[in-house]
Amino acid sequence: MPIISRGFRGRRRDDAPRDRVPPGQYVTDDFPVLSAGPTPHTPLDQWDFTIVGEVDERRRWTWDELRALPSETITVDISCVTKWTKLDTSWEGVSVDALLDGVETSAEYLTAFCDGGYTTNLPLADVTGGQAWIAFGYDGEPLEPEHGGPARLLVPHLYFWKSAKWVRGLRLTTTDEPGFWESNGYHIYGDPWKEQRYWGD
Amino acid sequence: MWPETDRVKTLALDVQDWTGHRAGQHVDVRLTADDGYQAQRSYSIASSAGGPRVELTVERIDDGEVSPYLTEEAHTGDRFELRGPVGGYFVWDPDPGGPVLLVGGGSGIVPLMAMARQRTANHDAVPTSLLYSARSWEDVIYRDELERYGKRGDGLEIVFTLTREQPPGWSGYGRRVDRELLAEVAPADLTLTFVCGPTPFVEAVAETLVGLGHEPSRIKTERFGPTGG
Repeated sequence: MPIISRGFRGRRRDDAPRDRVPPGQYVTDDFPVLSAGPTPHTPLDQWDFTIVGEVDERRRWTWDELRALPSETITVDISCVTKWTKLDTSWEGVSVDALLDGVETSAEYLTAFCDGGYTTNLPLADVTGGQAWIAFGYDGEPLEPEHGGPARLLVPHLYFWKSAKWVRGLRLTTTDEPGFWESNGYHIYGDPWKEQRYWGD
Repeated sequence: MWPETDRVKTLALDVQDWTGHRAGQHVDVRLTADDGYQAQRSYSIASSAGGPRVELTVERIDDGEVSPYLTEEAHTGDRFELRGPVGGYFVWDPDPGGPVLLVGGGSGIVPLMAMARQRTANHDAVPTSLLYSARSWEDVIYRDELERYGKRGDGLEIVFTLTREQPPGWSGYGRRVDRELLAEVAPADLTLTFVCGPTPFVEAVAETLVGLGHEPSRIKTERFGPTGG
């Protein structure tokens, strides 16, 4: 039994659809910014995206090459471990399926790596099958640097720290290697519907 | 519990089986209404490790959900659920190999205060500058304690800047943190910086420090948005 907080009623949003807001989350219309260090600014002519690690051969795309791939518009709900959920966010990006197409690998996991040194780990099965994108557009505009531009990973079914900002590539791995927050107290997988926020959840 | 400013209160909590924490970590507070409705938010711990109680300093966000309850409704003897401590990154390092800069905007001072308290309690020798940007003198949290720390002469320097209103005779800074101000306050051989505050504040400070030649990986940030409360 939880402790009842005497006199607490809360500010409920009756318009928040319960089946779309994971436990412990509240709906916000803002887009809060959370990151562990300064916002990097890599010029697009020096930007590339690579797939490395346990692969038959390294794959690489320049910015122009990535943007030339077929892109999709994705409308999804996102949930941050700091408790906010934002409904119906609209993104433009390239499906990770498209980038992994033809890549031979025995890997079952990956580490997304980023400008600024951030990393996060994911099972490969969570970024395939139309579940993940490299997103460069938000709400019809180029993705702003403070929200991860020029491009971020978008994996909306997991807590949003998995949707790595300023992503520069994926390193495929045979074992699940904890990334930045996963080494600093946060859950290795991060399913919002199971409230997998921290170690031990 | 006691007021820090008009909008800010500190709550001292007796926590069963508290295992201790590191300065800079946060906890999750979960409130439950009598019909089972719950809301939870994260709050930085204000107290140093090893104290008898876990202190949270909470700013009331007018359209917030948890902070109005904690600052106005809750009183001594009330109980609620706490989870933590959480976070292993934005934490005090007593020996980073060189001087430390702490930069706080508004209630972003809270985790930095935990660090200043930890440093004082442990007699850490690392030269430390704390730059605190507040709107006015009345908005400065932990005013007296910070002034005391600044006078101890133990290598902790406290610098205030009051961006909106300065008391008569104010001799400190009276503007938003900018490049010149940071260049003056930051030690030349700065090794590690912690920045905490609202997102635009943190973005500006971190970016300016990078522009001044400080290594991005040695600038640790923590941000909160308007929906924090």
